[in-house]
Amino acid sequence: MSEPKKFEAVLDSDSRKAPVRVAFVTRRTSPHVKAKDDALVMTWPETLFRVAVAIEVLAIALVLLALFWDAPLEGLADPMQTPNPAKAPWYFLGLQELLHYFPPVIAGVLIPTMVIVALIVIPYFNINVEAQGIWLRDKQRRMRIVGVVVGVLVALFLAMRVWVILIPTVIVAAFLFLAAASLPDSPGRFRRWLVSKPLSFWIMTWFLIQASVLTVVGTFFRGPGWAWVWPWRA
Amino acid sequence: MPSAIEAYINDLRETRVWRSVFRSGTGATNLRRALAVQQNIFLHLFSVKMRRAALNFSMTWYLGTLSLATFLILVGTGIPLMLYYHPSVPQAYADMKDLQFVVSAGVFLRNLHRWSAHAMVLLVFAHMFKVFYRGAYRKPREFNWVIGVVLLIVTLFLSYTGYLLPWDQLAYWAITVGSNIMSAVPVLGQKMRFLMLGGNSVNANALLRFYVLHCVILPLAAILFIGIHFWRIRKDGGLYTGEGKPHE
Repeated sequence: MSEPKKFEAVLDSDSRKAPVRVAFVTRRTSPHVKAKDDALVMTWPETLFRVAVAIEVLAIALVLLALFWDAPLEGLADPMQTPNPAKAPWYFLGLQELLHYFPPVIAGVLIPTMVIVALIVIPYFNINVEAQGIWLRDKQRRMRIVGVVVGVLVALFLAMRVWVILIPTVIVAAFLFLAAASLPDSPGRFRRWLVSKPLSFWIMTWFLIQASVLTVVGTFFRGPGWAWVWPWRA
Repeated sequence: MPSAIEAYINDLRETRVWRSVFRSGTGATNLRRALAVQQNIFLHLFSVKMRRAALNFSMTWYLGTLSLATFLILVGTGIPLMLYYHPSVPQAYADMKDLQFVVSAGVFLRNLHRWSAHAMVLLVFAHMFKVFYRGAYRKPREFNWVIGVVLLIVTLFLSYTGYLLPWDQLAYWAITVGSNIMSAVPVLGQKMRFLMLGGNSVNANALLRFYVLHCVILPLAAILFIGIHFWRIRKDGGLYTGEGKPHE
């Protein structure tokens, strides 16, 4: 294998004096090459027309909203006069509701950081990429682990009397165990759908429902002193 | 005479000046349609053809497109609003009153900006959940998902910094509550809060910082990451149509 080299590398960046042809033949192909021969349409006009319509519909909806519903404006900012309750923007009210139950380091720092880190790492775990129904393999062991985790969470929230977290957790857990009691060939379509759902689905759905409930409670159900109020009685 | 108008427009599009601007030329051939996309700086991130399946409404609900739409509306309304706004205390609040009672269509401008901002936060969240439930974060789109998380955070900060600018009671106390959360960070909390507010409480310095963040730094960050996000869609093989799903 020690034949003399038949070529020489030329270190010259003037491409007219030292013309170079490099052909890379790699084993990995780009995603585009791998694509199947799906039905294709021309981006112009098919895609761009649809995009334009979508943007126009949204713009019209927002213009109508802006014409008939005024943005709030209260009195001049006064550091001496704290409103009761003082509320953050709506998308942080879930966090503010958490602060009502947990110390600031947990509710204000640890939980948001964990949520962001969890979101970032989703695509890098094979369990999320394969996305196999959680109960389809290794059911007994998974049952024990999930049972312990759900049990600990429910006991914790029950001990702290955090109903707005406890109730959604119990509901999601109920569906999770209904999925465990279902089979891929169950007669009901809904149960077949449940059983096909992977772990990531259950965690994300729990997070989505939990975040929505906390945000709605923080926005509409909290009055002076962060006490519970019924919005229709206020 | 629609045919005469059509002929006139076609003649116009064949003139030397027009062709110097739009090189793709006229005619309804697929070559021209491809060139119309490929030769246009604003469209060139699109591939000239797309999978038909990617256009189905159920695939995306157009949530990414609509998130971009709200961003464009926010830039379009935000720049005129800047013409009527001074980031100083208490002039900022007086400017709100001027928008309400003096500036033509000032109320409409502010309403549209505010509702679009709320819509953008909602749509970006919805876009994220839709992408997740479809499993579109799979290889080779992993990193574009991460860029998306960055854009979510940028969106939240854009909305949060804008929230202070009217300098009314609602704005002042919402930012006070929000910035108090930050001071709970161990060790660095107080310093981070001081850096963000330019002081130990929400004051005129905080207003100026939020204004610069809201009107310069965060929009530039958003444009940069939106650019990367769109470029990656193209480089990762176009919109996700369900490939690489082993169990469905």
